[in-house]
Amino acid sequence: MYDAGKVITGIIVFLILITFPFWFNAASGRATYKPDPEIITPDDQCVETAEYMKRNHMDMLNQWRDQVVREGQRTFVAPDGKTYELSLSNTCMNCHSNKSEFCDACHNYMAVSPFCWDCHIEPQETTYGYK
Amino acid sequence: MTVIISLLAAVTLILIAIIGAGTLGLQYLFGIVIPYATLAAFLFGIVYRVVKWARSPVPFHIPTTCGQQKSHPWIKYSKLESPFTALEVTGRMALEILFFRSLFRNTKVDLKKGPKLVYGSEKYLWLAGLAFHWSFLIILVRHLRFFVEPVPFFVAALQTLDGFFQIWLPIIYITDVVILVALLFLLFRRLYDPKLRYFSLAADYFPLFLLLSIAVTGYLMRYTGAKADLIAVKELAMGLLSFRPTIPVGLDTIFFIHLFLVSVLIAYFPFSKLMHMAGVFMSPTRNLANNSRAKRHVNPWDYDVKVHTYEEYEDEFREVMKAAKMPLEKE
Repeated sequence: MYDAGKVITGIIVFLILITFPFWFNAASGRATYKPDPEIITPDDQCVETAEYMKRNHMDMLNQWRDQVVREGQRTFVAPDGKTYELSLSNTCMNCHSNKSEFCDACHNYMAVSPFCWDCHIEPQETTYGYK
Repeated sequence: MTVIISLLAAVTLILIAIIGAGTLGLQYLFGIVIPYATLAAFLFGIVYRVVKWARSPVPFHIPTTCGQQKSHPWIKYSKLESPFTALEVTGRMALEILFFRSLFRNTKVDLKKGPKLVYGSEKYLWLAGLAFHWSFLIILVRHLRFFVEPVPFFVAALQTLDGFFQIWLPIIYITDVVILVALLFLLFRRLYDPKLRYFSLAADYFPLFLLLSIAVTGYLMRYTGAKADLIAVKELAMGLLSFRPTIPVGLDTIFFIHLFLVSVLIAYFPFSKLMHMAGVFMSPTRNLANNSRAKRHVNPWDYDVKVHTYEEYEDEFREVMKAAKMPLEKE
């Protein structure tokens, strides 16, 4: 092989870079970590199914915001016929009051930083009342 | 014809994923076996190709230059266009790799009415190429959020920057738009110009269709109603990376299509023109210093020829030559 020193150095640098996720996870020791958003709701039913909420809660919140802010429409009729007030602070956060253990659990895991709290005041979480 | 074959190949791959992972439910195969196998093929293939290239000699010292060569100290020379030292070569290579400097000089030839042959500058290929490659790199780095835990700061920072305009929800990334436009341009460039269409092969169209399919399946999972369960996706990735693979609940067919197309891309990578990723580092027209007047470049192919020098000749026939009164170098 010609220029073996340079070529082998190049290959090693490439392999180190490309295997970054392998050794980074091994070093951080969090490879088996899985977020477990804590549900401390007094109600046992969300406005939609858990499966739907998991994937689409951001779309729903976006629609709710548009409906409230732009159309003044403040009632949501759930598939099961129940009505809810369209409100992040009063409806969503009423049940999921534990932002740091519910919202942030998955958002931190997926490096998502939603801009809810650009406008809304972040909930004051009490250290009692749940857990 | 080559276009249709390439398009059919991409469609077939999508169908394989739909039938395999969707209808037949072979999630273990598409989620674990194929990703591992293709990653192994990718790593092995890259090393194999690079070593194979490194084993072929470069018989001539052939840097292509477009600037004043280093000669006398009072003549200013072009350090980047005609590099003399290793550092200058590095600078030239960096500009080539990061900004495609040689492609910036791309020209086009057109036969106008008359007939008249017209040469002109052609920057669109450079622009679209640069837009595509940078977007692809940024998208790749953004995907690290699925592969590492905790997510490093630079991934989050890149995400914020890429979603700077905060349009739509989930926020549309700038690179997602740019890569689609660039890929479509690169595809239509080949289809539009008859000369390019003439010498475009299936191997030119196939990567474009493959990349477009990957991008579109990605958009579907992010921006449309076919949203993926990201926690499940990351669980699968983390399992693969820690060699404890599992198939989590919540993975849809659309995700398996995306994953299968990416698997095909990385397996195809080392054995196709996509290897220019490594090849650009190994181009002798770029990575050699233009110093052939200062340093001797020996052809490694040179056969060790047995020569009989004049000195040896004279030693052999000295007496005879002396007798014939022929002039001698040494008495």
